Amino acid sequence: MTGMSARALARYEAMAAQARRQRRLQTALPWIVIIGMFLVWEFSCRVFGISEFILPAPSRIFAAGLRWWQPLMWDSLDTLKTTMLGFAFAIVAGVLLGVAIGSSTMVYKGLYPLLIAFNSIPKVAVVPVLIIWFGIGMWPAVITAFLISFFPIVVNVATGIATVEPELKDVLRALGARPWDIIVKVGLPRAMPYFFASLKIAVTVAFVGAIIAESVAPNSGIGRLMMVASSRFDVPLVFAGLIVTGAMGIVLYLIAEFIERRTTGWAMRGQDQNLAVGG
Amino acid sequence: MSRPYVEIDNVAMRYGGVSGTLALQNCSMNVEQGEFIAVVGPSGCGKSTLMRLASGLWPATEGNVIVAGTEVDGPLPIVGMAFQNPTLLPWRRILSNVMLPLEVVPEHRKRLRKERPQYEAKARELLRLVGLEGFDAKFPYQLSGGMQQRSSLCRALVHDPALLMLDEPFSALDVFTREELWAVMQQVWMARKPTVILVTHDLREAVYLADRVLVMSARPGRIIAERRVDLPRPRTLDDTYSPEFQALTHDLRRYIAAARSGEEVVL
Repeated sequence: MTGMSARALARYEAMAAQARRQRRLQTALPWIVIIGMFLVWEFSCRVFGISEFILPAPSRIFAAGLRWWQPLMWDSLDTLKTTMLGFAFAIVAGVLLGVAIGSSTMVYKGLYPLLIAFNSIPKVAVVPVLIIWFGIGMWPAVITAFLISFFPIVVNVATGIATVEPELKDVLRALGARPWDIIVKVGLPRAMPYFFASLKIAVTVAFVGAIIAESVAPNSGIGRLMMVASSRFDVPLVFAGLIVTGAMGIVLYLIAEFIERRTTGWAMRGQDQNLAVGG
Repeated sequence: MSRPYVEIDNVAMRYGGVSGTLALQNCSMNVEQGEFIAVVGPSGCGKSTLMRLASGLWPATEGNVIVAGTEVDGPLPIVGMAFQNPTLLPWRRILSNVMLPLEVVPEHRKRLRKERPQYEAKARELLRLVGLEGFDAKFPYQLSGGMQQRSSLCRALVHDPALLMLDEPFSALDVFTREELWAVMQQVWMARKPTVILVTHDLREAVYLADRVLVMSARPGRIIAERRVDLPRPRTLDDTYSPEFQALTHDLRRYIAAARSGEEVVL
């Protein structure tokens, strides 16, 4: 930074320090909020003497979680496995169908009403049918996770591809590119930010799907654990299951976000720009 | 005399069916190989439509478009195009944006994998020519509008097109950048001598760059006048203020004014 006056340098330093402080606060903020929520919760339960049967205090929930940590862990892993399997199917099918719908008006006109109809069906109502078809086991949960997380992926990928600027297509068309070239070189990359945005939604609702199926047809997983716990009136354990589910959701969300940042930085420019990086 | 490189013969173009807007009618022009043509006209006269017909992006409603002796019935890989907006792909770095045509044009896409270093060197050479040396690893959003437009020119040139179509490529830029790019364009044309069709509404730009300036009428557009520019090259920006240059632009301006008011004039 040659040629910078002392005053300018001092000001620059001050701005950089300010940016660093702000970034530290941003990293710490989620933890502060979560811890704060638990503290208020604990405090309210004790002060107002809320019955453990209605709303157990966090301390009781953690105690129950510690006591039953083994079944909690195994059931969570089960749920994680079924969720990820269903989610993986949803990604494959969602991207393929999204590309087809986004790039062909015919497919769009033909399939969209049917898709909307499917998405309007409450997935809880489908689970019994799935059980008749596949029996009690992990498949009803996998398929429910798939069904629930598939739709946002399709819609987003289709939107990304359908809204490609005509000028960008013309650039390739003028060179004699085939429709497939245009999809691969323009449509898909263009749809990536939309795709990742949908993944963040899809991965969390996939959990909802898996747990719904596990609760309707209790075989394994955190959904079953919560059903069993509630039938034994072990409300703290039910809440422990809910909290573990929420934590798994956050972890998967963060993974999706990390991949998103790495692959579609071009679409996120300016969000993280600050002096500390620029200097 | 040999056949002109581009022949546009009595072309008409109507948008949106039989009762749609008639953008072009009885539009004819010829371009010789290696010639630099500028097409000027009032706004909305169908200049961009003409460009799209000549490049085969759209079929003409009536008439023929013939390039290099064959009738155009689809996009041609020998054409390079640059548009009013840079239209760079935002997820690609500048170098890979410039190299995009090489991945599409059949002749090059086959050789690209084996000869990538040579092709990359060529793209870098083009970037150097337009003054963008060292920017090849940047993303488009990291460049100014003028620099993006330069990259877009490189992309139009990288596959050595025999025919270069420029659809108001400088019109979205500020005056100084625009004049700078005229000089770049002149330099590129003198070095490679492609056939160029430039659509513009800037008369100074047209006269500065072209061998021949064609004037279009108001919609439905057709060519109503033609002026040859015999000023020696390389032309400088100072030349644009010389009496001959001024006389030419003045002359052309009268045609445009007449075309705008819709009168039929013989000057």
